[in-house]
Amino acid sequence: MAEVELGRGSPESRRPLSPHLQIYTPMLTMMMSIAHRITGVALYGGTLLLAWFLIAAASGPESFAVAASFFNSIIGKLILFGLTWALFHHFLGGVRHAIWDAGFGMDHPQREWLAQGTLVGGAVLTLAVWIFAFFAR
Amino acid sequence: MVEFNLPKKSRPVAGKVWPKPEGAKRLTEFKIYRYNPDDDQNPRIDAYYVDRDDCAPMVLDALIWIKTNIDPTLTFRRSCREGICGSCAMNIGGTNTLACTKGIDEVKGAVTIYPLPHMAVVKDLVPDLTQFYAQHASIEPWLQTSTPAPEKEWRQSPGERRKLDGLYECILCACCSTSCPSYWWNGDRYLGPAALLQAYRWLIDSRDESTGDRLDNVEDPFRLYRCHTIMNCAKACPKGLNPAKAIAEIKNMMLARQL
Repeated sequence: MAEVELGRGSPESRRPLSPHLQIYTPMLTMMMSIAHRITGVALYGGTLLLAWFLIAAASGPESFAVAASFFNSIIGKLILFGLTWALFHHFLGGVRHAIWDAGFGMDHPQREWLAQGTLVGGAVLTLAVWIFAFFAR
Repeated sequence: MVEFNLPKKSRPVAGKVWPKPEGAKRLTEFKIYRYNPDDDQNPRIDAYYVDRDDCAPMVLDALIWIKTNIDPTLTFRRSCREGICGSCAMNIGGTNTLACTKGIDEVKGAVTIYPLPHMAVVKDLVPDLTQFYAQHASIEPWLQTSTPAPEKEWRQSPGERRKLDGLYECILCACCSTSCPSYWWNGDRYLGPAALLQAYRWLIDSRDESTGDRLDNVEDPFRLYRCHTIMNCAKACPKGLNPAKAIAEIKNMMLARQL
């Protein structure tokens, strides 16, 4: 009789985990949920930068000049641009979640409209702020 | 716990490419997840070619065709073949659905078939649903009353009955729960969309008298509040139900009873 070579442990403990994130088709609302988390984490960093700016402003002209030169550099501006987008995207995401939590807009296709609106609104508001800032100088 | 990668022993490897049926004019390729509990090997992805002129239009038809004509060891659950039993729930072309109601032509290119995501695999396309059923049992899915039973049936107005529409149709196929990233990461503590939709089905039933106890049972940071409105559940449901909305209604009931 042929002997069956079995792995260690019970069959239950050897059961593989089926693929999940690797194979699931990315859904807009799912990606927006991930983006909401990432922008939320980014805003922690942004808050630290804001705190640095305010502390520098309160500490005197020299420390303010250091902070101002950082925020006026190319990298500083890129970071601020990214943070502006993260802020609006996260804010509108919060509004979208508030609407959903109230029980509205959860059906198809309204849920897609809300997600698309967050995406477009975040980009438009970011550009609007930067265009305004550019011309207001 | 969020874990993006599969454990080493769970990662599928390239499998066998089965020969094309002879004389077939119209072929569709199927890439199917295989796991054999008896050989201690990693899961693999086998490729099969189905003769479309000899096979009915649904994905389940193709699976049965493969089992009959190419590989009798291919293992999957199926029963009613008309979307009412929920047995043939699996991940087809990247989303969870029922193989019996999904047309082969609805998937572009090769049809990829995996078991329901983030579940322990018993064999091939058969996941272990023990925990899923236990979670359903935990919401006590039956009518609970304390007043003496009426002589005939428990009465319900047509308006009250309509509140159960979109809820009672759930067939517990597990497509929604296993599409939910929150359920993937916290399936041991989060009840998941299917069990919570069922919970709401009894919460909103005008005849049920255990509403308070039912709310107490799910009022928990994990059991209910791990829902982050990702909406994969509502998009996956093969019956067109909306578990995300049912969960939002439960959250609103929680709020309303505190006011």
